[in-house]
Parts: sequence; structure tokens; C-alpha cells
Amino acid sequence: MNAKTKAPQEVLKEDSMWKQKEMINANYRGLARAHEDGRKVASTFVPGNLNELLMCFDFARNLPETNALQNGMRKKSGRMIMEAERAGHSEDVCTYVKADLGMMAQGNIGPTGDPLPTPDVLLLSYTGCFTFMKWFELVREQYDCETAMLHVPYQGDGTITSTMRDYVVKQLKEDIIPTLERVSGVKFDIDRLREYLKESAKAEDDLVWVLQSAKNTPSPIDAYFGGVYYIGPIFTAFRGTKEATDYYATLRKEIEERVRLGKGPITPDGELTEEKYRIVVEGPPNWTSFREFWKMFYEEGAVVVASTYTKVGGVYDQGFRHDPDNPLESLADYCLGCYTNLNLPSRADMLAKYVEDYQADGLLINSIKSCNSFSAGQLLLLRDVEERTGKPGAFIETDLVDPRYFSAANVKNRLESYFQMVNQKKQGTGVAA
Amino acid sequence: MKCFIGIDLGSTTTKAVVLDENFKQLGAGITNSRSNYDIAAEVAKQEALVNTRMNLVRQSLGEVAGLEGKLDDFLTALERNFRLEQFLEQLDDLEATCKGNATGDRFKGYEKAMDEALTETFVRLREEAPALFEPGAQRKSDFFRDIAGSRFMAVGEAVAKEAKLAFDLLLNVYDRSIIEVENRITGENLGGLVLGALDRAIDTLGQVNGTGDVIRASVKDTLALDMEETYVVGTGYGRARLPFSKDHIRSEILCHGLGAHVMYPDTRTVLDIGGQDTKAIQVDDAGIVESFQMNDRCAAGCGRYLGYIADEMNVGLHELGPMAMKATRTVRINSTCTVFAGAELRDRLALGEKREDILSGLHRAIILRAMSLLSRSGGIRDQFTFTGGVANNESAVDALKTLVRENYGDKVLNIDPGSIYTGALGAATFARRAVEE
Repeated sequence: MNAKTKAPQEVLKEDSMWKQKEMINANYRGLARAHEDGRKVASTFVPGNLNELLMCFDFARNLPETNALQNGMRKKSGRMIMEAERAGHSEDVCTYVKADLGMMAQGNIGPTGDPLPTPDVLLLSYTGCFTFMKWFELVREQYDCETAMLHVPYQGDGTITSTMRDYVVKQLKEDIIPTLERVSGVKFDIDRLREYLKESAKAEDDLVWVLQSAKNTPSPIDAYFGGVYYIGPIFTAFRGTKEATDYYATLRKEIEERVRLGKGPITPDGELTEEKYRIVVEGPPNWTSFREFWKMFYEEGAVVVASTYTKVGGVYDQGFRHDPDNPLESLADYCLGCYTNLNLPSRADMLAKYVEDYQADGLLINSIKSCNSFSAGQLLLLRDVEERTGKPGAFIETDLVDPRYFSAANVKNRLESYFQMVNQKKQGTGVAA
Repeated sequence: MKCFIGIDLGSTTTKAVVLDENFKQLGAGITNSRSNYDIAAEVAKQEALVNTRMNLVRQSLGEVAGLEGKLDDFLTALERNFRLEQFLEQLDDLEATCKGNATGDRFKGYEKAMDEALTETFVRLREEAPALFEPGAQRKSDFFRDIAGSRFMAVGEAVAKEAKLAFDLLLNVYDRSIIEVENRITGENLGGLVLGALDRAIDTLGQVNGTGDVIRASVKDTLALDMEETYVVGTGYGRARLPFSKDHIRSEILCHGLGAHVMYPDTRTVLDIGGQDTKAIQVDDAGIVESFQMNDRCAAGCGRYLGYIADEMNVGLHELGPMAMKATRTVRINSTCTVFAGAELRDRLALGEKREDILSGLHRAIILRAMSLLSRSGGIRDQFTFTGGVANNESAVDALKTLVRENYGDKVLNIDPGSIYTGALGAATFARRAVEE
């Protein structure tokens, strides 16, 4: 039986959704005008981004992965990827990279139609993804712009030591900050950084509350498909801004109301009124068929109650907050603690804990075909979490923004099988209905 | 009587299984999936119900005096003759359809010649039909489309040549007509076909005093039995196309897991290699799926691969396994890409490798893909049940046995002769359970 969604009279968007959309669009407009407005532009990646620090130098912030995923959602990435492949990039290269390079080759018009500016500095503040480094190498070749690189040690032992923290802080002081001062012409002011970090921490508190609201039954949110909208501002150019703080306060109020009313999450087809499966998801969503992918879940009454993808721009639900009293140290801890910097046992711990804390029925891994570094070990994670929680897992494969690697019929087939398997397990042995 | 039916709509074939109230399997049927899943489901169901009636006849005749030791021969004869009757009925339909389609501009000036050529072709097809259903006759396939198609090519070409008519014209008409015929549901005349076959089958028994009447009565009673379709569950690739509500649909993973459990209750790992997907499934002691893996994004190494190779070599799919078993060595093949299969084959032939040895290598290559999926799903546990169309291929089974032993040691390997029906059996079991609840 189809899970029930209450059809909306008109497109159902709450205040936070409009606000979020406007913020993202405004950032693209700001980027288009940046040079005209006399602002310098920094490009940087989501994991380990130093947004507050860049704000101290008045940089406009451009995030290439976000551009790629926004282009993916707008069905523009396929052509961009083919453009990059024509230029010689292999089929197996990360499709975020190819979408970005293809977009540049097509005139560097961003997802909203606003032109993207030539960056003045490329700030690589997370080195756990080796592809990031190669990506910026290619961008640098194209624009001949300045690069700043912060080397972030991997949490191989699952902990952040003081040596690691000191090493990152030292680089911030001796290399990153001087470079940003030189490129921007603005003197670094640590008190300005403290003010931004105060805002970050407030927004982080509210985001964590929102994500943890999924512990309720029914969950008032979908912590993956809905979650990617919630993380939009704080994972990108807005962390540390007043706008982000306001956005998360509004969002939290809305979700508090949903909890009070015992409502389920909002989907593109209206509110989900019957929660049949509670799932934890590992891995990013597919962006080119995002709606279709989401529909495969809510049509079956499946709600994602926790996901690791909503932690790639910051793991806040384990206690970390940006700290105005220790600004550079907390930036270091943030970079060192981002999800992609965690070793496999830490990731398994986190997933197993999610399955238990959120009373989930199982774990689903969406593995990314073109992401070799992050997909390695995912099957081991799956088995480990299955063994530890006794809850069934499943594994599907899609891609980030290459539409050629989303086989809807196959994914749907796997998902339906998985949900039925979960159902069978929930009903217990004997009668496998 | 109450019937619980499972239908497995695969990419290549559609299977149906009928169970009674006591979960006992009454019958099973299979057909090619065509491009029309509704028809395929209906035809497979009818085939399963025919098979059910045949089995009921067997039961009712089991006690008849004078038939001792002859029952199997009689039933085989009845089945063969029934298939012949069915084939002839479809040939009539095909002839009428072909003639109806031999009109229009393309055939201008050839109407009479076409009519005569078609008449002659079908006369010859009908003449040779009994031989196709003789005891021990080798057919490339059991599906009307395949048998009629290959014979039409041969006979039609000869007739066209004699009539100095372009064979293209006949072929064109055939191509259009076979799709129409195949997508028509026949079977209202089931009783007539069985009765038509009955006398000939009774003749094979020779002189058995009075037995003929007992048999006739028993067959008529069985035909008159009302088979109530109490609950139907669909599964397989085309399940979304089934005209059923969602409650009547189960994923093929669950159905294969449960079907394998019903066949072999000690099953813990199931490998199913179907037309376009390969599934590795782990089940618990109640047949409940614990985890599964399927090929993603690419159907390399699935059953279609063998189909493609058979087409390339111009042999029947059934013939591949026996040919590969004649190999004296196994050629190493790395690619299991179906599209590259032809190139791979020709390349090896050009290098002087023997056909049998290459085939053995191709079989091993698809099993290697399956081994990778099996390890992804959690490995092979005792007992290990192999299902799906490819489980009927002895060379694939041979490769699997070797690779399982090399990688997992000795495991009990179950292969049911009816393994192709595993998914449908699981679906039928779900159907029976649905009513129980």
C-alpha cells in the first residue's frame, strides 16, 4: 500500500524554505557583483571551510561543490560533464570536478544564471580529499590565482591530539592568515573573528536541535532529503552570519511546532502522514534525480531519521561548537573533526549510534560511483553496523551529478526490496508476509 | 479448489507457480516475457494451471488398474500431444494473421503470390509439426515464437525460392504477425486441446481393455474442476506492470529468498542469476532475507550475456552448457561486458582457440562476477542454493562448484531442477500466507 502523503493545496513552503532559497540566490548575486563592488573572491570547499575567517577579510565566498550540486539539481551538470570529458578528463574522475570545469569552459555561468567571478584566492582548508587538491590545481592553472593550503592531518587513530591542533593553528597563523591579508588588503582582527564564531555557535545549537528532532516518532523532518536544505546556509557562505542565526531560529520554531502537532516531514508531494520505516543513510544523495530519488522513499513511507551527509560540513551533534574564546583552535578542531576526516571505526561508531539513538530500522548506504576515496570501506561499514545493531542494511550505487549513473529502475528495485526486507524483519520470524 | 498463484515476471521469461491450501505445489508454467508483461503474466498463469491439471490427472490415474508402469509414458504422450495441438492452433492463428497483414502498397501486384506462398508455407509447417513433438525430438526452445520463427525462416525461404518471390516479403509479414499472435491470449479452448491430444495419447498405450474410458472420464473430470484463483502475488522485474494492487506485489529478493527456503529449508545463501540481474541473498532459518546484493548499473555477467553468445554463435541457449563441457581447457576471459562478448569471442577464435574452450572461459567469467557479489553480500554459508535460468547450465554450475570450493571450502550446493521457478514459488508462498493471516 502506498504510504500516505497529504496533498498540498499549493506548493507547500514554510518560511524557512523561502528564506533559505533567498539566501542562496543572494549569495550568487553577490558573487556576480563582487568585483564591481570592490570585493575580493575566495573559492573554498565545504568540508573544513573557514567561512568566518574569510569573512574577516571581506571575501565573497564561492563553493565549487555547491555550484556543482546546484547545477545537478537544475539538470545542467550532464552537459558540463561532457564538456569536461571532451577536454580530456576521464570518465572516472569525480563528477563534481568535471561539472565545475565544464561550467568554466562554458563561460562560468553559475546555477542561478548569474556569472561567477574569477577567484582571487583558492583556499584549500581540508586536504582529506586528495581530489580537492587536484581540483584546485586545475582551477589555478585556469585563472592563475593565488592558492592557500591548510594541511589537515587525518584522524587515523580516531582522536584529535594537541599536536595536530597546534600544527593546524600554526599554519593558520603563519601561512593562511598572512596570505589572506595580502590578497585582500585587509588586516586580520581576531575580535571580528570572535563575533562571527559567536553567531556560528548559536546557529549550530539550533541546527543540532533540528536534526535531533528526528528522534521523535513520527519524525517531524526527513534528515537527509529535507536535511540537505537545512544544512545549506551553515555549510556554505553563511556560517557566522546573522542571517544564518536567524534562519536556524526560524527553522527551529517551525520544527518545534511540527513536533508539538505530532506531524511528519514535508515532502514535495505534501506532508508524510504515515511513517513506516525509519532509516539511517550514509553517503551523499544523487543530485540529478534528487526528487525522483526522494520519492522512492516517501512513497514507501520511509523517512530518513539520521544521515552522515548532513555532517560533512561540520559534525556538531557530538558536542563540537565554534568557540569565540579559542577562535583559531576551534577552527582547527572544526577542520580536524569534519566527517570526511574521521577514520572508518569512528564512522562505524557514529552510524551504529544513529541507528540506536534514532530507533532506526536499518542503514542504507548510497555509494558514489565517482568518489573513490570516500566510497572505499563502505561495505565494511555496512557489515559492521549490521552486526552491532542487528538491523538490516542495504547498499545502492548512484553518482553525485552525472545523470548517466542514476539508473532509476534499478535503484527503485533495490529500495523496494530493502524496505520489504525491513518490514519482513520487523514482523519477525515465522510468517514472512 | 483454491489456488494460490505466484508470478515472476523476468526480463527474459515469465514463470508462474500454483500452490494448494497446504502449500503443496500443484503446477508450474513458463513463457517468454515478450514486450507485453500483462500477456506474459496471463500466459504463464495459464501454463501453470494446465500443468496443475496434468498433475491432477496423474494423481487420479495413479490408482487405475492396468496402467501400472505405463502412467509416465501416457502422461508424457498426453503432454506432447497437447503441446502439438497448442502449436497447431497457434499456427492457424499465425497463418490468418499473416494473410491479413499481406496487404497494402508494399504487396501490390503480389497479393495472389503472397497468398499462395503463405498457404504453402503453413501447409508444410503443419506437416512437419508432429515430428517436432515426437518423443526425444530436439527443439531449440519450447516457446511458440522461437519454434515457429526458426521453422518459418527455413520453410518460407524454400517456398519463396520455388515461387520466385522475394523472401523479404514473407519475412516482413511474419515479423509483424508474430508480435500480434504472441500478444493474444489463447487458452479458452484448453479443454478442446487436451481432448484433441487425449485419443492420440491413449493410442500410445496400445490395447488396454477398458482403460481408455476410465482415462477419458478422469481427464474430463479434471478439466471440469473449478480452479479458483484465491490470491495472486507478483514479483520480478516487471512487477510494477502487473495489474495488481501493491499488496499483491513482493520484491524478487524476498521471493527468491523464500522460494529457495521452501525448496531447501537449510538454505542460508542464495545465488540467482537471471536474465538481467544477479542476486546474492542471505536468508535466516525461516527464509527471511538478512541481506542482499545485486549488480548495479551494469548487467555484465548476467543471463543475457549467455543469450548474446548463443546468438553470436548461432546456437540455442540450451546448447551452450553442453558445448562448454567438452572443453579441454578453460580460456581466461576478463571482460563480462555483454556488448563486448561478440568481439571477445571472435578475437579468441581468430587466435586459434577452440570454441568449447572459449565457451568454458565465458561461463567461468560470469561466475566470477557472481562470486564478487556473493562476497559483497556476506559470503557463502551452508547450505548454498543456486537458482535462476543459469542454474540449468551445467558449465556454469561446474565453474561455480570449482570457485566455491577454492574460496569457501566444501559447501552443500543445492540446485533444484525447477530452480527457474524459485521466485514464482516464493511469490506463491506469500500468496498462500496472505490469506492465512
